Amino acid sequence: MELFVNQVLAGISTGAIYACMALAVVMIYQAIDHLNFAQGEMAMFSTFISWQLMQWGIPYWGAFVLTLVFSFAGGIAIERLLFKPLAKAPILTNVAGFIALYAIINSVAGLIWDFTIKQYPTPFGSSPFLGSQLISTHQAGMIGITILLLIGLFFFFQFTRMGLAMRAAASLPESARLVGINTSWMIALGWGMAAAIGAIAGMMIAPVVFLEPNMMLGVLIYGFAAAVLGGLTSPFGAVVGGFLVGIFENLVGTYIPGVGNELKLPIALALIITVLVVKPAGLFGRPIVKRV
Amino acid sequence: MSAIQEVVTEAPAVEAVPKRAMTLGAGTSLIVLALLIAAPLFVKNFIIFQLTMLLIYGLAVLALNILTGGSGQFSLGQSAFYAVGAYTSAILMEHAGMNYALTLPIAGVICFGFGFLFGQPALRLSGVYLALATFALATAMPQLLKLGYFEYWTGGVQGLVVDKPDAPLGLPISQDMWLYYFTLAVTIAIYIFSVNLLRSRSGRAFMAIRDNEIAASAMGIDVALYKTLAFGVSAGITGVAGGLGAIAVQFVAPDGYTIQLAISLFLGMVVGGVGWLPGSIVGSAFIIFVPNIAEGISKGLSGAVFGVLLFFVIFLVPHGARQVAMVAQQLVGKFKKN
Amino acid sequence: MTAMLNVKDLRAYYGQVQALHGLSFALNEGSLTTLLGANGAGKTTTLRAICSMVRSTGAIEFEGKPLSGRSTENVVRLGIAHVPQGRGTFTTMTVEENLQLGAITRSDKKNIVADIERMYDHFPVLKQRYAQQAGTLSGGEQQMLAVARALMLRPRLMLLDEPSFGLAPLIVRDLFKILGKINREDKVTILVVEQNAQLALELADQAYVIETGRIVMSGSAKEIANNEDVRKSYLGY
Repeated sequence: MELFVNQVLAGISTGAIYACMALAVVMIYQAIDHLNFAQGEMAMFSTFISWQLMQWGIPYWGAFVLTLVFSFAGGIAIERLLFKPLAKAPILTNVAGFIALYAIINSVAGLIWDFTIKQYPTPFGSSPFLGSQLISTHQAGMIGITILLLIGLFFFFQFTRMGLAMRAAASLPESARLVGINTSWMIALGWGMAAAIGAIAGMMIAPVVFLEPNMMLGVLIYGFAAAVLGGLTSPFGAVVGGFLVGIFENLVGTYIPGVGNELKLPIALALIITVLVVKPAGLFGRPIVKRV
Repeated sequence: MSAIQEVVTEAPAVEAVPKRAMTLGAGTSLIVLALLIAAPLFVKNFIIFQLTMLLIYGLAVLALNILTGGSGQFSLGQSAFYAVGAYTSAILMEHAGMNYALTLPIAGVICFGFGFLFGQPALRLSGVYLALATFALATAMPQLLKLGYFEYWTGGVQGLVVDKPDAPLGLPISQDMWLYYFTLAVTIAIYIFSVNLLRSRSGRAFMAIRDNEIAASAMGIDVALYKTLAFGVSAGITGVAGGLGAIAVQFVAPDGYTIQLAISLFLGMVVGGVGWLPGSIVGSAFIIFVPNIAEGISKGLSGAVFGVLLFFVIFLVPHGARQVAMVAQQLVGKFKKN
Repeated sequence: MTAMLNVKDLRAYYGQVQALHGLSFALNEGSLTTLLGANGAGKTTTLRAICSMVRSTGAIEFEGKPLSGRSTENVVRLGIAHVPQGRGTFTTMTVEENLQLGAITRSDKKNIVADIERMYDHFPVLKQRYAQQAGTLSGGEQQMLAVARALMLRPRLMLLDEPSFGLAPLIVRDLFKILGKINREDKVTILVVEQNAQLALELADQAYVIETGRIVMSGSAKEIANNEDVRKSYLGY
């Protein structure tokens, strides 16, 4: 029993990583109705930028804020330059675009900063949290930031005009245009916000998984899975999904014999898919009624 | 959580390619065929090997085209079926001493079954969810192949070595050339089969499901049957391709069948033109040759160059090679009028 | 009277299919005009063409400004509100959020709040349901919400696409009464596309009849209502 509880708690702390990533995934999904495979790479690149800024002597929080601004602008730039031209192209072509973006960012990051692992600092320190052996102060900090992000997003969407406009554009683009909303720019903003959130996720995750160009792949997949599990229309679901995925992953690794690190991923994915077969819209997603 | 259901009138996620546009005209087909037959006579063995791989990946992309372009189901998991086909051939050849040609139909049937079975749980998933499920399959496969439990059969992490067959009846051609013509024959047979499949009643059922699943079901089409059938056929063809691949490359190993292969096949389908069967070979050429070109341009930035070239292609022809063919067709039409 | 909206030789296309074949008409400021026609005649297409929602050629001028080349949202920002077929309500948002969205391009906060109150005066049932999700409203209520949302723009021209669709006759009468009131008191020029010719002709002062993408008849609502052919084809007597 104690092992179970320990693994669950450990899962919650790794789950915070996935929750953060899942938030970014849901953010972009709300804006553009598909999943962007390159999001992990964008987050990784942002994290490297922050690392570079710190190498140049800028203190942590300064680098953090600068990176957020850069990521926001970068996300908008990528959308305007690379994906707006594809807006009328079929979805699968857009997916190919995401894959191309992934390849470009990964390769460029590798060239600039090479593939050796680097240490990445945490502003929260890594001592045991409240004396517990299972959660470090960093992990607690990560969970805290994720929850703050969630609250911030909630306020943005529920209580600001821009948030209302973005929701409208994502929900019914044609009606949104009919009230004068520039839906094209809403998509660009969605990308910017997703990039910024991804950057936060990257900067929180890097101290744990260490900074290198391939650090985000596993995280991204779990992030997708968490977002899907929680329901792609629900940021709250994404966060809950993230924690659940972390717990699943740990329990699978502990209790299913013969499962090494490599099989954890497909098994976790399989579990998630099982949930989806039962609840196709995810745990907290809005059930979607399809009309002919 | 809201009680309001989101009502969606969904445009089909996969473009409807009209039936008549799904193949080349008779004239063009003959020209392409002639080129394919003549090609190996003028080049060295290594290039013949690359042409063989071109056909093999072309088959795999074709299979994906039937699944996605035909029945509208996404798959990022084709590498799993390819691997099963490859290993089936390798195991039969190495452990049972079977003739290479015989292993192919067996690989095809086994993969058909595997695909059909996978199609069952996949019935309740679509779009991004199905993509995730097939992605899980693709990532699981290399790990399953490495499992100690199967090591006697699969050769574990090292994999198995496969013997390349000699030309039969003592024909005076190299192994590579024989294998090329053998593969070409198989490819043509499967291509003709696929074209006829899509033109048949089953093909129409696939396309009805792709365009509007609810309406298709309301018209009495057994959606579950046809969707799983599509998965089965697609997996079967991919399995045959995998078998051929194993013979051509002369070995199988788990890390040769990763998610990267699945993503490459997906890109091949998009570049060739989703749902346009002849485009499969264009897509195959892209995924075989462009990474090499990219590496040639810049070793350190090969991934980035590849990405840029890919963007270039999808900006120019978002609908893939099919778009090029359609434009060419219009130009020829105008030319004929004058 | 000045023509507020001037449409000349409008041709509209859905892909390769041509839906409007050189439509021309004008709307006077302050008028309440109805565009009548059978299913598929091109009524909806006309409204969509004005709002750049469909590919078209020809000249459309609103208050002297050409509309060609503008995106839908830019046409709307000129002061044209369009209540589309099917209402286009944001079903997952509350009634009040829908109204706020109507005013999303405006920056005069105080007036927006005042306007919301005015909408509640026009449509008391909306006030009752202000925090309810719009998707839970009945058809008639959603139609009123759609009209109210359009009015939140403080438009000078309002386009309505078959507002009576799927509504009980009594509700349609109420709705049309309110439309008349808005036209007279708030000075909003209105163009109503309708299949329900009788009620539309009672409400409007001007009328056009459209058949297969062309205007075939125009005049005052009274003239059109008394026209023999119209009575036979659209009024059933």
